[in-house]
Amino acid sequence: MSKNLKINGKDHTIDLPDEVPLLWALRDELSLTGTKFGCGVAACGACTVHIDGEAVRSCQIQIADVWGDVTTIEGLGTPAALHTIQKAWIDHQVAQCGYCQSGQIMQAAALLRENPTPSDTDIDDAMMGNLCRCGTYPRIRAAIKTAAAALNEEV
Amino acid sequence: MASVGKIARRTFLFGAVAIAGGVAFGVYQVRKTPPNPLKPGEGETALNPFVMVDDQGVVIVAPRAEMGQGTRTTLAALVAEELDVAWEDIRVIHGPPAKAYYNSAMFGEALPNKGYDISDFQHAVGETLGQVGKLFDLQVTGGSTAMKDGFERMRIAGATARELLKAAAVNQLGVDAATLRTEAGMVIAPDGTTLPYTALASATTELSPPTIVLRPATEWKYLGKSMPRVDMVEKVTGTAEFCVDVRLPGMKFASVRRNPHLGGEMRRINGDAALNMPGVERVVELPDGFAVVANNTWLAIQALDAVEVEWGPSPLPATMDEMHAMVEAAFDAEPNSAMRDDGDVTTIPDSATVIEAEYTVPNLSHATMEPMGATALVDSDGLHIWTASQGPTFVRARCAELANLDPSQVDVETPYLGGGFGRRGELDFSEIATRVALAMPGTPVQVTWSREEDMTHDFYRPLVKARYRGAVEDGQAVMLDARIAGPSAARQALVRWMGLPSSGPDKVHVEGAFNQPYGIPNQRVTGHLAELDVPIGFWRSVGNSANAFFHESFLDEMARAADRDPLDFRIELAEREHAPSAGVLKAVKEMSGWTGETPQGVGRGVAMTYSFGTPVAQVIEITDEDGYIRLRKAWMACDIGVVLDPSIIEAQMFGGMIYGLSAAINEEITFTDGAVDQLNFPDYEPLRMHNTPAFEVKILKTNRHMGGAGEPGTPPAAPALANAVFDLTGERARELPLNKRFDFV
Repeated sequence: MSKNLKINGKDHTIDLPDEVPLLWALRDELSLTGTKFGCGVAACGACTVHIDGEAVRSCQIQIADVWGDVTTIEGLGTPAALHTIQKAWIDHQVAQCGYCQSGQIMQAAALLRENPTPSDTDIDDAMMGNLCRCGTYPRIRAAIKTAAAALNEEV
Repeated sequence: MASVGKIARRTFLFGAVAIAGGVAFGVYQVRKTPPNPLKPGEGETALNPFVMVDDQGVVIVAPRAEMGQGTRTTLAALVAEELDVAWEDIRVIHGPPAKAYYNSAMFGEALPNKGYDISDFQHAVGETLGQVGKLFDLQVTGGSTAMKDGFERMRIAGATARELLKAAAVNQLGVDAATLRTEAGMVIAPDGTTLPYTALASATTELSPPTIVLRPATEWKYLGKSMPRVDMVEKVTGTAEFCVDVRLPGMKFASVRRNPHLGGEMRRINGDAALNMPGVERVVELPDGFAVVANNTWLAIQALDAVEVEWGPSPLPATMDEMHAMVEAAFDAEPNSAMRDDGDVTTIPDSATVIEAEYTVPNLSHATMEPMGATALVDSDGLHIWTASQGPTFVRARCAELANLDPSQVDVETPYLGGGFGRRGELDFSEIATRVALAMPGTPVQVTWSREEDMTHDFYRPLVKARYRGAVEDGQAVMLDARIAGPSAARQALVRWMGLPSSGPDKVHVEGAFNQPYGIPNQRVTGHLAELDVPIGFWRSVGNSANAFFHESFLDEMARAADRDPLDFRIELAEREHAPSAGVLKAVKEMSGWTGETPQGVGRGVAMTYSFGTPVAQVIEITDEDGYIRLRKAWMACDIGVVLDPSIIEAQMFGGMIYGLSAAINEEITFTDGAVDQLNFPDYEPLRMHNTPAFEVKILKTNRHMGGAGEPGTPPAAPALANAVFDLTGERARELPLNKRFDFV
């Protein structure tokens, strides 16, 4: 019943049934509430986190099946130490209600790790699984481009 | 957030009367208030209901809920503009439910005028009538009213606080007030002495209310500029607290299931099997369903399926055909309203061309990204509820009634709303959390709805139909006669929220049609109310969302019948009635390089709607991509009058448009045996990154009265797209969603 997970660089022992999705271990067991529940069927991307750097829908991954280190939005950057992508999101004033943005940012972070200079089509392909009901897509696209440029400069 | 509760208990009335020439000169005598009955909290002073000072600095209390529209930021900017606080030092919290936070703009919106044609005097009458909001504790975020309501009030709050702080400094320094200035949270004396507000605030409590002069727009530092949103850092770091993020010691997690056959009863329930499931602690019966309480939300959701339950049938018609027939039948009954009746629509010149069309729009769900839910705790103090509500005073009243408590024993906290769009004006999710908490006194319980529960238990945008008849002659529109039939969302909502049955003409039912600024000499709009009890409510832009599709599609049909360019046809008609509306049309014409001609494989459509005081025009360009329609580009122009924050207004405009386009293309809620057929996003698919068009937005400011921003971007989206589809395909779409007949990328 218990499972050891490394989340944002820290080891945690989770005492929940094996089939509980990672999302609900993060939110309800560890109070890492930055990762959001939106649909439960991998249709909205609000629950996106990284496992070994790969973007995954945490509502679909049972805790027993987590195969690597987990990074959530809280592990990407903090208000005091923002990640470059988060800074780009602030530069473009992307968020409206903000509920989907943790997932959008984690998805974008995985995209930029794999593809430092994404085209518009690359951005479409990577981000189309992440819903936003406020319609922030144009600013997300702009922020991804700004973040890509900034990350490439950092290298 | 402990301080919020303290303000709630010492809220006083707050008002100001214009003197010495009134509003035009921005001079006000602030009215004092019944004395503060309670001692201020340790280390804090509330200078008025909107400004508090503690040992860290200034806290601005926002009377409206932040659901993405940026209201907290601009409400804070209004206060800070007068109070002289450094932007990075501003902290903003949501106010508790209180009379002081009533919305003065909503009742003004209810006046039976068209809006665009009112005089300054009528505008003032609307504002006076707004005081009625106080009587009803109308603390509501909605109707695109926050800035209209807050524009003076929040600046007065900031100026009053500033003058009180200066008066305290005068007492301390013994200098003339006129020699003092304020900057970055400090009063500064001529000799350079600085007194921070934090050191002066406690000395203001005994001072008399000041006379204040509001600063003219030419001196504004924050207003009119795009300010960094106060919620942005939290929202990009996962630290913003939404309702579902509230975490309390000992908290349990619950989920809810109600009869999917809407309005049906729960006949029998047996929760034994669910109680044997891991983590499950309780099954709580509700009037029309149940909640499972567990130590994890997912385990609670799983256990919902294990509860044996027998549902009673829904009283709603069993099929969509029957529902459509009930709406159609309303056309045959006496109209509820004829809010526009200009000239004579019954006499048409023989040489005129007459056209007719019937349109239909479906029920829609709000589908906010954050599903409904709330957190509640019942303890010896009463009820504490954390709920993402657009109407916290109504929540307090209703939940107090449910819990058999005095409203003063109910604390309502309003965290960030993960989208609202009208859904969170409803009380159901707060009521359910209250009922579950009442079953478990002493234990905080968070109730999170599954997406399926959210989508199947909404208060939907109504199913509406319209029958239009028009005549054109010599390239001119000479007659338009519109009849609109559907159930009344406003009547249902007023009963649900305030227990107020209403009669008389339903303005909301015909808004977006009767009040459009087109000078057609013979023009009538009648509303017919259908007796259909599907739970319906306010969906972003409300009546405008349906009526703009009818009205702007038909204007396009009239332009074509008159052999006119649809954009020039509109400009000419709008120029007769409302220059700002003509202005936004001219703006999109210029922005889009509109020629009236499109190459093969490209379609363009235009629409303009005046709603919530703001005319918005849109041109949408689409292309044919191997038989699939792609939205390529959209140009929008709005005229909002006073532009308080261009970046936020732009975001509301394009966000509102995307919300409208999502619905126009893909969204429809249908019912079988009174149960909703669509369960989750795969059945109800909004636009995504890859099929959202590129945007340009222009914000004009010629409008005499300030318009709203949160909703006016939505109404023109559907007709602009449908008109573009006609331009591309030659086929006129008179029914939404468009994916019934056309394939989109």
